[in-house]
Parts: sequence; C-alpha cells; structure tokens
Amino acid sequence: MATTVIPFGPQHPVLPEPVHLTLKVEDEIVKEAIPALGYVHRGLEKLCEIRDFNQMITVCERVCGICSMIHGACYSQSIEELMGIEIPDRAKLLRVIWSELHRMHSHLLWLGLFADAFGFEALFMQFWKIRERIMDINEATAGSRVIVSVNIIGGVRADLSPDQLRWILSELDIVEKEVRELQDTMMNDYTIKTRTVGIGVMTKAQAWELGAAGPTLRGSGVAQDMRQQGYGGYAFLDFEPVVETAGDCWARSTVRFREVLQSADLVRQAISKLPEGELAVKVKGNPPEGEVYHRVEQPRGECMYYIRGNGTKNLDRLRIRTPTFANIPPLLAMLPECELADVPVIVLSIDPCISCTER
Amino acid sequence: MFGSFIKKSRAKSPWIMHFDCGSCNGCDIEVLACLTPLYDVERFGIINVGNPKHADVLLVTGTVNHRNKKVLKNIYDQMPEPKAVIAIGACGLTGGVFREAYNVVGGVDKVIPVDVYVPGCPAKPEAIIDGVVAGLAKFAQKVEEAG
Repeated sequence: MATTVIPFGPQHPVLPEPVHLTLKVEDEIVKEAIPALGYVHRGLEKLCEIRDFNQMITVCERVCGICSMIHGACYSQSIEELMGIEIPDRAKLLRVIWSELHRMHSHLLWLGLFADAFGFEALFMQFWKIRERIMDINEATAGSRVIVSVNIIGGVRADLSPDQLRWILSELDIVEKEVRELQDTMMNDYTIKTRTVGIGVMTKAQAWELGAAGPTLRGSGVAQDMRQQGYGGYAFLDFEPVVETAGDCWARSTVRFREVLQSADLVRQAISKLPEGELAVKVKGNPPEGEVYHRVEQPRGECMYYIRGNGTKNLDRLRIRTPTFANIPPLLAMLPECELADVPVIVLSIDPCISCTER
Repeated sequence: MFGSFIKKSRAKSPWIMHFDCGSCNGCDIEVLACLTPLYDVERFGIINVGNPKHADVLLVTGTVNHRNKKVLKNIYDQMPEPKAVIAIGACGLTGGVFREAYNVVGGVDKVIPVDVYVPGCPAKPEAIIDGVVAGLAKFAQKVEEAG
C-alpha cells in the first residue's frame, strides 16, 4: 500500500490554534504523525529580563488566556514562596474561587469544541451558552471576562462582597442544573459513543510511561491531581481526583465533564469556608533571591514553574512547563492505526493549548 | 443581473474566517463566543468558515512571529478579492504585552494591510462585533469599487 502524506494544520477548522501535524496515511489509516510546533512561540520567558518581577504577573497571565488565572496564581505563589511571604487565608480561598471558575469555563469551552469536532453543533452551542454565566461572574467580580488579573504578589486585588457570593452560589446552581441536563447526551448518546468509545485508546501503563498529565492521565486510570498537594487554599478543601479507566476519548471527555461538577462543588466549599480578613499583605524586603519549583493543577493538567531570582528586580530565569507539552507524546502514541476522520477528535481529546506549549 | 445579485449578497452576508496568529487564546475564545447563542452573529448572516477561498473577511488575533508570518500571508493571498482584514486585540494591533519578546515581529499590519483595528486585551465580544460591522462598511465600499 502506497503511503500518502496529508498535512493537518496549521490553519484547520477544528483547531482554534495553529499546530501542524504531518500525517502519513495508508488507505485512510494513519500510520505515523509528525508534529511541527512553533507557530505561536513568542519567547515570553525571556521577558523576565526586561520586566520586573511584579510586572511579570501580567505576562504570565497571558501565557494562555483560557487558564490565565491559574498561571497568575502559580507565578505569584512561587514568588511568595521565594520571598517567604505568608498570604492571608481569605486571599488563598479567593484565588481558589477564581481558579475553579476558570477550570469550569475552560472545561465547558472544551466540551463544546469537542462536540463541534465530531459535528454535533447543537451541543457546542449548549455548552457555550452555559459557559457565558461563568464569564458573567468573572466580569462582574473582576472586571474582565477572560483574563481576570486578580493576583498580586502577597494576595489578591479584588474582593467578593456577601451579595456577590450569594449571587455566585445561585448562578452555580443554575450552571450545575443545565450541565446535568446535558449529562445523558454527553455520556450515553449513540452518535457520540460511536465517535468516542474505543477511539484513541491509551492504557494506564502507557499514560504513565509517556508522562501524560491532567485529564488525559486521569482518563487512563491514574489518580493524580496536583491540587491534592494542598497548595494555597486547597489545603482547606475536601475532594477526590476524578478518574475514569477506559483510556479512550469517551473517558477523557467524561473526566472533564465530571470535573465541571467537581469545580462547582469546590467553589461552594471555598465560599462556605471563606474567612474575614485582609486581601493582601504588604510585600517588604529584598527582591526574590534563590530558586523555587512550584506545581499547580491546570484545567489541562500539571503545570510547573521554575524561578531563579538573583536579588535584583529582574528574575534570572523563568521556566514554564505546561500540561499540553507533556500531552504531546501521548497524542503521538494514540494517533497511529486510527482512521483519518478520527484525527480531529483524538487531537482535541488531549485539550491542546498551543499557546501554553510554545509560550 | 447575476453580478449585481452576487455583489449585494456578499456585503449582506459576509463569510468570515478566523486565524490565530500567535495569540494567548483570550481573543480567540472571544471571537468564538461571538458565534454562540448569547452574541450570535449568525443572525446578521455572518458565517464562520474554515477555508480561506470561501471567506470575505479575515479576523486575525495575536502577534505575528517569524514562523507564522508566511502562513498569514499565504492565507491572505488565497482569499478572493475584494476582502477585508480585521486585527483583534492589543497583540494584533502592536504586539501588545509581548512586543519586546525576541520572536515577535509586531502587529498584523506589518505583514498584510489591515482595515479595522479592535483594541482590548482581550477584546470583548461587543467590541469584536462592532469591529466587524465597521469592517463590513469598508468591505461593501470595496465591493462597490470592484464593480
């Protein structure tokens, strides 16, 4: 059988972002996939040499617009660890509330795009309709829909009033009810199951060996969630990682679906445990010196920041390792022997965030 | 008569294509949000297409870098005349927060001519719709001039 080479991307209707895959196919069956990255590379890690460590929060939040809050929180927590700052409990839990809202909107966005990838446009519209409620909460509480920019070194800059907290709880009830209405369609619909069950299977051993992260890893049966380290406000909260064992596209979408409900629960827990107190502590002392690693759980998986400070206002080195970067080797293991028509579904099932990966 | 029919429908029902040129996704998801039930630009006859050969209006988000400038130029050249280009977000305008980074060339207008600039980081869906409406006026004018 002769091999045909089909380019997938960089501009492709399913992908909101430019990534290029060279697919070698034999009669509709993909034999090999070779990725080409770099279309979104900006080189923002090097910006730490010209921006000071406070200004870098703005840059870190723009590593990725979808999980911007968690990038900002991770960077702030790293700098706080380096400078030995203990932030107030209220600030920790407020960070959790916005982080989990971000996780909800990211997962709802992904569920919509995933539905669109297999041609179920009505479901795409439904998920995005629900998502707008979360965007409204972001806009009303922080002033911006997508990039909320609430983190500062030493705490947060915005507060939630009791009225706003009550409103968030009532909105969350509506979101949860509307998401549950779609549960049956997303998990049991015949058409969806035909496109997702048994497609792009990755075993538990493979997922672990290839270093998968986040829902891609948990969809293969490994219960690993960085939030269980108890960084920031997560030490006060009670939750279990969401795990599915099938390891196919269906399992990965189910993990994300259940995580939407889990995040709603975490926001409720955080609101019920929110103490009174200061929003931020004053940052005193010398600029950061020394090195630190910090890991957080993003909607797409584990994200690691490495920071080295040299005692001046500019950092020596900022290194960001993002979850999609970890999920590309598993993706390349999933693609061989799949049908060409399943490629968009499999590529989307790892929730690729190219702007994170390439920075 | 057929020609005037096409002329009228092109301006009345423009097909847009979105290209992410290196943005942080913030503007991209807002462009997509314009197509979903709350903002729903399809009620104005605007349809999002994936093929540049079908598109009348190109929405570009994000900074241009050394690798994707060829892709952007290629997509622009594939679109049939007349065409309009709308640059979205601070990055698409000037390079935004990344303007000093080593791999960033700058705004979209360094590579292709831009008709409308939509500011914001990220630009809100209302602003994007406003930009598209302004772009359509220019597009209709271009259709008129093309005859």
